[in-house]
Amino acid sequence: MLRLLSFIVFLATWWIATLLAGAASLPPPPTVLAVIIAEARSGALFLNLGATLARVALAFVLAMTLGAAIGYLMGRVRLADRLGDPWLILLLNLPALVVIVLAYIWAGLTEVAAIAAIAINKLPTAVVTLREGTRALDAALDEMATVFAIPRGKAFRHVILPQLAPYIAAAARSGLSLVWKIVLVAELLGRPNGVGFEIGVAFQLFDIPLLLAYSLTFAGVVLIIETVLVQPFEARLSRWRPRAA
Amino acid sequence: MRLEVDIASKTFRNAAGEQHDVLAGINFALGAGELGVFVGPSGCGKSTMLRILVGLDHDYRGHVSRPADARIGMVFQEPRLLPWRSVEENVRLAAPLADEAKLSALFAALELTAHRNHFPGELSLGLARRVALARAFAIEPDILILDEPLASLDDALAAHLRDQIGALVDTRSVTTLLVTHDIDDAVRLGDRLFFLSPRPAKVIAAVPIRTPRAARSDAEISAIKADLARLNLANM
Repeated sequence: MLRLLSFIVFLATWWIATLLAGAASLPPPPTVLAVIIAEARSGALFLNLGATLARVALAFVLAMTLGAAIGYLMGRVRLADRLGDPWLILLLNLPALVVIVLAYIWAGLTEVAAIAAIAINKLPTAVVTLREGTRALDAALDEMATVFAIPRGKAFRHVILPQLAPYIAAAARSGLSLVWKIVLVAELLGRPNGVGFEIGVAFQLFDIPLLLAYSLTFAGVVLIIETVLVQPFEARLSRWRPRAA
Repeated sequence: MRLEVDIASKTFRNAAGEQHDVLAGINFALGAGELGVFVGPSGCGKSTMLRILVGLDHDYRGHVSRPADARIGMVFQEPRLLPWRSVEENVRLAAPLADEAKLSALFAALELTAHRNHFPGELSLGLARRVALARAFAIEPDILILDEPLASLDDALAAHLRDQIGALVDTRSVTTLLVTHDIDDAVRLGDRLFFLSPRPAKVIAAVPIRTPRAARSDAEISAIKADLARLNLANM
């Protein structure tokens, strides 16, 4: 109910802004909706959204898996931490644009280059978060698992992983929002489809309704994925915690 | 299962680089079904000794011999339960082979039946300690290590849990090692009492108690305590 209300407030604000700024620079909701419907009818909307989502999914999974493994290793092994730390600082502070442009230059304007560039942008934050999580592991529980001779694999699944779960969730949450932002830049610079590409086209043609149509649909998809997938996942992970008042 | 321990010394190096002797001669053996109680002043190195016995610390001079396949059940000073698993799941993780009938009996003996599906965060400390006991018993250990399992519980509950520990040890004839501050617990439960010196700890006296623990009357317990007080072994 509250969500619906905030959506209505959003639409109302938009409409008022249109009246103030003029329909040329900010088209009213019906105009944008018409473009969305037209793009959906032609199939272009789904093709582009699908391409973007596929890139997001691949880059996200790649960066999370690799980042979690590297972060865990750096949290556990001192040598790995000392070797990896300078790289981590470099990657953390490297602008996304630099990674994307270099990836396209070195690997060509290919899908691999795009996905790798997005994944590399997300990787360091996942590593840092998981490293912190690994450092915070409770040694007392490790000792318990050792004394009771719980097999390693089982101990990892039931003793270690649940302690890392909040960190994994945090890395996924922040990482996903980073990927949403970067994927469009990567598409704008070097892919022939996807939401970012369409926004680039709209920018060049100064087609504001088209630009808004894609931006808003994209935002809508992000919202749906966050509420339908990410939030229930987080709730499930923390179901044993006493609820905050 | 026979447990033979001969720790010559154990030293620690603190953050400032200074060496500290923690243990300086811990020498004892416990046979199957024997309950050895260790009494000593706070911070004398009892927990360090237990960590060496269960194989968590290998950096010491001396020798610990226990059968390689001995199953060890341990109750740590803190319950050390996994907060994301229910009481029953916590026990089952350590004891995957325990069958339902035995678990039910164990939960009943420790009065945990009503709490099987609770999470540790919902339990009081006394209950959590009982879950830790249940976990240690559920694996049907050959060697049972209890590190102050009754500390910080009120007297009635501590007495109750003490009786339960005694009953469980007797029914299963487990080699048991109990660390405590409480001379009353020691005299009521132990087959043999070991008194430790202040740090660096060494065994300064070993006192056997011949009467089976179930048959010890209050008068007898008082008499043993009076004897011990005369020996003035530890600062009790």
